[in-house]
Amino acid sequence: MITLTGLTKLYGKFKAVDGIELTVPKGELFGFLGPNGAGKTTTFRMIAGIIVPTAGRIEIGGVDLARQPLVAKRRLGYIPDRPFVYDKITGAEFLRFVAALYNAEDASLERRIDELLDVFELTPWKHELTESYSHGMRQKLIIAGALIHRPEVIVVDEPMVGLDPKGARLLKDLFRRYVKRGGTILMSTHTLEVAESMCDRIAIMQSGRILASGTMDELRLQTASGDASLEDLFLRLTGGFRERQLDTILGP
Amino acid sequence: MPWRQYRGPRLWIVLSPKWQSARARLHQQRAGAGPRFVLLSLLALGFWSAVFGIVYRVLRYFRAVAEIGDLLATKLLGLVLLAFSSILLLSNVITALSSFFLAKDLDLLAASPVHSIRFYLAKVTETLLHSSWMVALLAVPLFAAYGIVYHGGPLWPLAVLAAFIPFLLLPTVIGTALTLLLVNIVPARRAKELLSLIAIGAIASVVLVLRVAQPEQLVRPEGFRSLADFISMLQAPTNPWLPSEWAMRTLMNWLLRVADPKPLVLLWGASAIGLGVGSILYRKLYRKAFSKAQESARVTAGGRWTTALEAMLRWLPADRREFILKDTRLFFRDPTQWSQLILLAVLIVVYLFNIQALPLFSGERFPASVLSLVVFLNLGLAGFVLAAVAARFLFPSVSLEGRQMWLLRSSPLDLRAMLWSKYWIGTVPLLVLAVVMTTVTNLILKASPFMTAISLVTMIVFTLAASALALSFGAFYPRFDTENAAQIPTSFGGLVYMMASVTLLALVIILEAPAVAAQLWAEQRGDVVAWDPWVAVSLAGASALCITAMLLSLRLALGRVQRLEL
Repeated sequence: MITLTGLTKLYGKFKAVDGIELTVPKGELFGFLGPNGAGKTTTFRMIAGIIVPTAGRIEIGGVDLARQPLVAKRRLGYIPDRPFVYDKITGAEFLRFVAALYNAEDASLERRIDELLDVFELTPWKHELTESYSHGMRQKLIIAGALIHRPEVIVVDEPMVGLDPKGARLLKDLFRRYVKRGGTILMSTHTLEVAESMCDRIAIMQSGRILASGTMDELRLQTASGDASLEDLFLRLTGGFRERQLDTILGP
Repeated sequence: MPWRQYRGPRLWIVLSPKWQSARARLHQQRAGAGPRFVLLSLLALGFWSAVFGIVYRVLRYFRAVAEIGDLLATKLLGLVLLAFSSILLLSNVITALSSFFLAKDLDLLAASPVHSIRFYLAKVTETLLHSSWMVALLAVPLFAAYGIVYHGGPLWPLAVLAAFIPFLLLPTVIGTALTLLLVNIVPARRAKELLSLIAIGAIASVVLVLRVAQPEQLVRPEGFRSLADFISMLQAPTNPWLPSEWAMRTLMNWLLRVADPKPLVLLWGASAIGLGVGSILYRKLYRKAFSKAQESARVTAGGRWTTALEAMLRWLPADRREFILKDTRLFFRDPTQWSQLILLAVLIVVYLFNIQALPLFSGERFPASVLSLVVFLNLGLAGFVLAAVAARFLFPSVSLEGRQMWLLRSSPLDLRAMLWSKYWIGTVPLLVLAVVMTTVTNLILKASPFMTAISLVTMIVFTLAASALALSFGAFYPRFDTENAAQIPTSFGGLVYMMASVTLLALVIILEAPAVAAQLWAEQRGDVVAWDPWVAVSLAGASALCITAMLLSLRLALGRVQRLEL
């Protein structure tokens, strides 16, 4: 479970995240949507413990991140939007390192590494330095790293970027099964079809605030949108574009 | 405009993001870091004044020497320009690799309708500016001193520009052509590693050869057979086909009022030909080489030695052990990092050579107290070397986590474990170095057991403190944007660290000096040498200072890393 209470982040005078209240219960896949610069990544980085909130509280599985950071982080798997990994270590060495960070070293570790590399089709690259991996392969390696310690909660920022259709499908199936087994996922995405088909509940964020949240039906009700698609709901809430503007930029 | 006549954007448009970025960076630096700007300006001014002062005095002395004074000044300028040429060629080859094959704007430019010649000229200009700015700045006080001593006149700066611009351009076009050829053979990423290795090897060899050749013997009068031989040696050009010789002749012709435009014509002619040949090579080779640079070869890691290290570290907790293993792998698999060990080895060889070359045991015997004093001063020098080594290897360690910091910050890793691993992985080899260096130099200097003991204790506690200071300043002034570890210690933070560690070293020496000097004078007088309690007190004071600096630095570093926002 993830609970955010009055979560706020200021950069100087700029309010990147403005008093977010949110609870994602166990066994739910929660989608976070919003235009660029809405504050999604800042929120996720605060939940992951990378940056410190200006105000508010974050609980992961009932543990306060500020008070017991190591216990809270132990329960979390974080997948960032940009797959930066050490260039000069191999895929297997990276997973071994992550396992040690999460104190997840046991007798079955090597088998688990092999399983994860196999699932993400990285086995032929197991002993290659990650500098020779493609963007998608690095993304898969990071996802494998986030799963190695069997976390209770996964926070994932734009997971589909860089993945091929097969990899994207694998991730969708993996997340659905994970949630079915009682895991919690907080996911941000710009692919509205993915959010609509995968997420149990969705929040739409803009300028650091949550504009609306709930199931698809609840969102339609809140915005009085009839049977509008998620795309229409999103544009109605965040402000769309005018056809005249399109004509202007495309020329006569 | 008809499309057939379209030749793409002009050169200044292609270059505009570069100067706009430079302007913005300068503006940011001025706005955000006033004291830093002032400190760097003062240091630069101090350095310039020192170079100017030394060259000015040397030239004044040369001018006063009849017959050979002007020849000596000419030779000096030729040697300096030759050294500049070598540095520029190496630097241009490496910079051209970045600007032509690895820069972030290449995809945008390659996909846009920029004419190939303008693309080439834009990248040549970028390479020239990036690789030559430091040499150009260094040359300002040098040329100023020549202009003043030889009364170059108000047009002297123009004469310098006329010679210096083609002098800088030639290594750029040659370096660019070499890089084009190299990337056609080796993938760009490998070429970068290979080049940094070659560059460091070359610098190390030059330093070693220069030192071992014992240039100080040249100033001994018995070294010359006759004045005529010496003059003819000075008059002979180093090599008439070297651009440094043409630049030197152009400048000295101006200063000595000799009307001979040939060297200037050669400089500009060679530059024009170089640009022409370079652009032809570019058109023939670049597309293929650029495509090749985009490919990434599969690189397998050898792991036998890491397995051995892993077995040795089994007793450590998993997170600390894996951290040490990870940092060791990253260090030894990245030639831009481990190649620095070559320079370190050379630095130590030169240092030991210098100690051995001291004329302490040849001819007249020096009293034991003088030898002890030399040993004591040696402490300062050894401490400086250790601080510099810590700057190179420990200062960048937090920065090198860089873009991977998300992983460490989001994991339940206790950041103390990270700092602990980074501290000891750097400090243990440094301690070994400190003990070996101190023992060997003390043996060479035939130091007394008393002085050797003092030196060893001082160096050990100072190393513990200097390592912690390097790690801490590295955390306070991180450079997460750079991929080259060698560039990190040359940043502002690296400079501040060196100032802090030299201050600590000075304090340690000041604390120890009075008691040690008293002991030495007692030895000099031939008194019975017993351990003076003041020596123990001063040694304990110096140790306490170092340990406090170590603990405080590590504590501050931890707080800083915990607060770092990426």
